[in-house]
Amino acid sequence: MYEFNYHRPTTLAEAKTLLESNADAKLVSGGMTLLPTMKLRLARPTDLVDIGNIRDLGGIRVDAKNVEVGAAVRHAEVASSADVRKAIPALSDLAGLIGDPQVRNRGTLGGSIANSDPAADYPAAVLGLGATIRTDRREIAADDYFLGMFETALEPGEIVVAVRFPRAKRAAYAKFPNPASRYAVVGVFVAETGAGIRVAVTGAGACAFRVPEMETALGRKFAADSLDGIEVDAAELNGDLHASPEYRAHLVGVMARRAVSAAGG
Amino acid sequence: MTVTVSFVLNGEDVSVDVEPRTLLVEALRDRLRRTGTHVGCDTSQCGACVVHVDGRSVKSCSMLAVQAEGAEVVTIEGLAKGGRLHPMQEAFREHHGLQCGFCTPGMIMSALDLVSQNPDPDENQIRHWLEGNLCRCTGYQNIVRAIKAGAQAMRSA
Ligand SMILES: Cc1cc2nc3c(=O)[nH]c(=O)nc-3n(C[C@H](O)[C@H](O)[C@H](O)COP(=O)(O)OP(=O)(O)OC[C@H]3O[C@@H](n4cnc5c(N)ncnc54)[C@H](O)[C@@H]3O)c2cc1C
Ligand code: FES
Ligand code: FES
Repeated sequence: MYEFNYHRPTTLAEAKTLLESNADAKLVSGGMTLLPTMKLRLARPTDLVDIGNIRDLGGIRVDAKNVEVGAAVRHAEVASSADVRKAIPALSDLAGLIGDPQVRNRGTLGGSIANSDPAADYPAAVLGLGATIRTDRREIAADDYFLGMFETALEPGEIVVAVRFPRAKRAAYAKFPNPASRYAVVGVFVAETGAGIRVAVTGAGACAFRVPEMETALGRKFAADSLDGIEVDAAELNGDLHASPEYRAHLVGVMARRAVSAAGG
Repeated sequence: MTVTVSFVLNGEDVSVDVEPRTLLVEALRDRLRRTGTHVGCDTSQCGACVVHVDGRSVKSCSMLAVQAEGAEVVTIEGLAKGGRLHPMQEAFREHHGLQCGFCTPGMIMSALDLVSQNPDPDENQIRHWLEGNLCRCTGYQNIVRAIKAGAQAMRSA
């Protein structure tokens, strides 16, 4: 790992100043992605700004409509929160499926969605529930947030503060994990919220995406067999040593049906 | 440039000068000479380096030493009390839960985090919990057996 300076601000304002005054500074949250990347010398920040001590980025807040999770909240905290389990059980389930216990004890929601790994789990819930990403300067709708592989709508220096997930009437997440890393080869999040039915896929494409045809079919009848015959185009999907595009396309259908069944359809 | 980081290690206050890029595991092994914590992969996959930070298991190869400022850190050396092995260590010995022993400190620290949340884990829960701990020798059977027995011994202690 190259040398860097380490900063531990306690307020969002301080963190912003540090990012603004050091052109090659980077935020570090759980460090579960950034530190391995730095060890490989694929990232070379001059300064690391640790956001783990900023109170405004922590905490889980549940009200009648939403569950808001701070950017620095660790996966283990979401998985074990009784409030989240009661409000959106599919979200606790998803958090509990990320990586392994030690990854969940360090990794955070903000780090996961800022990184937007194509195989990450949280993007499926963010897009599948139609969540809103709150940053230090604006709010971004999930539909406008995921732009491509490791690419999001975040501007340089923009800090994710929290994500607001609307409560769902029903929702479930089904994933086919890579047996070694537990990252999603394919994961599908299905939800019915006040705004309608959404189906979001992670692991299969450059970033999380929705499947409108499945959403329409489930709108007519919320049942696994409503999805029969609906296929996603393999030409758009990822192929690597874990799965071919065609296999991923097949898995999208299987995981979507499993998610619908788990959500009671 | 070095910075001083202070934390509680196995119940004792420690202060050590490190570079910001020093990993927690490097500070523990190379600076504080607690070499019970191992480095297997250095890529956050194998779990040989698992220690407890503020009561939760973490991979100490994937955390900076400076991030442990003010924390309570417990390593494998912190478990035995008054010359007697911790019940979980004793269970690994009794049930032959190790062969070369390289993965063992991480296995035990990980197992203790499980038991603190779930005092009576079943076999399935133990196997899932060990997703982040790799063993190249045992085939896991006796590790799972040892953790079940260790949890039992801790419940009746
Ligand atoms: C062995 C292993 C297995 C894993 N398995 C899975 C899995 O199954 N599913 C899964 O989804 N993930 C998995 N992960 C990734 C894990 O979930 C991490 O949480 C995630 O990579 C990043 O979160 P972090 O908090 O560690 O971010 P960091 O590594 O600290 O940061 C990642 C990036 O996000 C930026 N960033 C961090 N916080 C913010 C913020 N608030 N605002 C703006 N930018 C920010 C950083 O600058 C950096 O560029 C795995 C990781 C490991 C090591
Ligand atoms: S050495 Fe830390 S996980 Fe392998
Ligand atoms: S006993 Fe040798 S690696 Fe587990």
